[in-house]
Amino acid sequence: MNRRKVLKVLGAAPAMVGIAWTEAEAQQAHQHAQQAKKSAAAAKAPYKPKYFTPHEMATVTALTNLIIPKDERSGNASEAGVPEFIDYMMIDQPDRQTMMRGGLRWLDSECRKRYGQPFVKSTEAQQTEICDALAYPAKAKPEHSHGVRFFSAVRDLTATGFFTSKIGIADLDYKGNTFVPKWTGAPKEALDHLGVSYEPLGKWYTESM
Amino acid sequence: MQVIRSPKVYDVVVVGSGAGGGITAKVLTEAGAEVCMLEAGPEWDQGRDGKMLGWPYDSPRRGASTERPFGEFDAAWGGWQLDGEPYTSAPGSQFDWFRARMLGGRTNHWGRISLRWGPDDFRRKSIDGVGDDWPFTYDDIKPYYDKLDEFVGIFGTNHAAETGLHNEPDGKFQPPPLPRAYELYFKQAADRLKVACVPARLSILTKPLNGRAACHYCAQCGRGCTTHSNFQSTTVLLPPAMKTGKLTIVTGAMAREVLSNDEGKATGVSYIDTATGEEKAVQGRIVVLAASACESARLLLNSKSARFPNGLANGSGAVGQNLTDSTGASLSGFIPKMVGMPNYNEDGTGGMHLYMPWWLNNVKDKLPFPRGYHIEPGGGRHMPGFGFMGGIDRHPGGSGGGYGKGLKEEYRRLWGATIGFAGRGEMVANKDTYMDIDPNVVDKWGIPVPRFHWKFGDSERLQARHMMETFKALIEEMGGTVLGKIPGAEQDYGLAAGGRIIHEAGVVRLGDDRKASALNKYCQAHEVKNLFVADAGPFVSQADKNLTWTIMALAWRTSEYIAEQRKALAI
Repeated sequence: MNRRKVLKVLGAAPAMVGIAWTEAEAQQAHQHAQQAKKSAAAAKAPYKPKYFTPHEMATVTALTNLIIPKDERSGNASEAGVPEFIDYMMIDQPDRQTMMRGGLRWLDSECRKRYGQPFVKSTEAQQTEICDALAYPAKAKPEHSHGVRFFSAVRDLTATGFFTSKIGIADLDYKGNTFVPKWTGAPKEALDHLGVSYEPLGKWYTESM
Repeated sequence: MQVIRSPKVYDVVVVGSGAGGGITAKVLTEAGAEVCMLEAGPEWDQGRDGKMLGWPYDSPRRGASTERPFGEFDAAWGGWQLDGEPYTSAPGSQFDWFRARMLGGRTNHWGRISLRWGPDDFRRKSIDGVGDDWPFTYDDIKPYYDKLDEFVGIFGTNHAAETGLHNEPDGKFQPPPLPRAYELYFKQAADRLKVACVPARLSILTKPLNGRAACHYCAQCGRGCTTHSNFQSTTVLLPPAMKTGKLTIVTGAMAREVLSNDEGKATGVSYIDTATGEEKAVQGRIVVLAASACESARLLLNSKSARFPNGLANGSGAVGQNLTDSTGASLSGFIPKMVGMPNYNEDGTGGMHLYMPWWLNNVKDKLPFPRGYHIEPGGGRHMPGFGFMGGIDRHPGGSGGGYGKGLKEEYRRLWGATIGFAGRGEMVANKDTYMDIDPNVVDKWGIPVPRFHWKFGDSERLQARHMMETFKALIEEMGGTVLGKIPGAEQDYGLAAGGRIIHEAGVVRLGDDRKASALNKYCQAHEVKNLFVADAGPFVSQADKNLTWTIMALAWRTSEYIAEQRKALAI
């Protein structure tokens, strides 16, 4: 019986006696929650791949940086930690390993056939050329189907890795995941963009408006 | 192995700590009973264990569902597959059985969609001749829905009068949150198509209640709420029960069997202590099963004795029969009009602010299936997560794939310009869909496991087809394009497999007829007067509405009945 322990856990809940959030309290609670989540992120040593060989890691890094490059608004895939994320996922979801390792080998074979060099040693123009051949499934040649499938999978992983990173979320300007003291719905510009309005909803919303 | 029997005799032993078990514990401890609650899983505390306000980059797997079916940050310790706790399906059947093993059960991560059933939902057979009526009416249950609305808290509106939808009864609602911009946009389309679209009913506070704060609109109800602003058993039902000093919670207690004596009365529950593997027993004057429908049926079927050779309280053979789940199908669309919409924080509550209740009541002669479904919409800009905009090469608003600066810009442009619709409808029980005990398989605790038999009828398939047609019409009415291919007849129109909607019910049916039901109308076993069931097992039918509010209303009513009967010394 661990009744006492349960009591303690339930008793540790914040004592909020019938209050709505004030702006200041919301801020404070938010900061507190964020700080509590941060501890792990501190000291960082250089990343050692857990699955990829150094050559594979270099290939993944080059490829993902071509997929998501740096531009005026944000950095590239490797600045967002995408290669490390993909390496992690190979161990976390081992079903992805064969597709990924096999795909990387397919890519190097194709580049050797075409350019006499593996992907990372190919010139920028050559890398662009092979990516162009693989990046548009509907237009790609049938003999490239394996490479196309691999490229699409890497593109999907790159998008997840980039847009779930700190710089990717900032790039999207996602404004949520925060305490909102009072929900006021959508701003007028957003409503106008869609040609909608709160007006006709009438009495259902009188208390909120 | 020797069974370790605790000498204490409790007034009530409750198996399960979710919606039904939580209500039972609250009402009965407040009525003065000493209650012992058994929970198979460990403790859960949203402050310690929850991931509210975490970012995807807090985790190296960015929220992937490697270990939890709804993603790493979801508050479900459980899933359709649990290590060492198998179940089986009869040849040709598929049923996926979801179990949450944690204090509070599935209330920790559920959708908070709290739809009060209506008068028709208790008397469907009288209306369309299919299935069975309940042995009581909406009016008998209404007071308990009202109590839940007031005690647990729910937002919504009374819209029966405006919409003419008499089967969506009024309740005691807190004000609903204003819709998001895209919700107003699909409401426009729904209005034009004459599909009812009204404020949702979610058990999330928009005003403080009983010391719980109002929602702070982070949209993460499914991760566990540290401000207790939504409903979960652990923050709403168990604290008042603990406060009485009369509730003992035993976690890590996997119930094995309901114990009974020669007089045919339940005497307690034997369970496996999951920490040590020892078999233990707790004694009670009354036993309430709230372990989830199929788990409670399994317990009864596994509780065999000379007096009850078919399982406890199963002289009727009804235990395990009449298994149902909600029907489910979904479709998404790309909405070009949403591209470039001025950005704002549209998280809101953890779920939809508007929804579509079943709007085609009483047109059964025109529809090729009985009963109906409601629609749960979603869309817009969410916190990015694992799988972010996957398959962009197939996106109708995109350039067919690509890479580089153009692709990066494409992700930004198309992000959030999507609306999806999920239908949840009513399945009618059939004789081919049931569970029994697999004669060959036990789980790691040595407890025989359920075997599921599942068969959808044309009613369910045609309902799914109607969902698809409606979703497509809504998407196109908004000027949008369906994402992916609409599933056809060969894929059952996208009808989700049994158990995937996690609304299983009916396997410990109640009814007036002792030969066709296990329980009477107070969820009391016909054959075992001090045995009750307080989950969705007793349900006579599904509705086109989620189950939780009705599980809790019935559990509250059952608990009051137990308290009265005890006072009258009847049990």
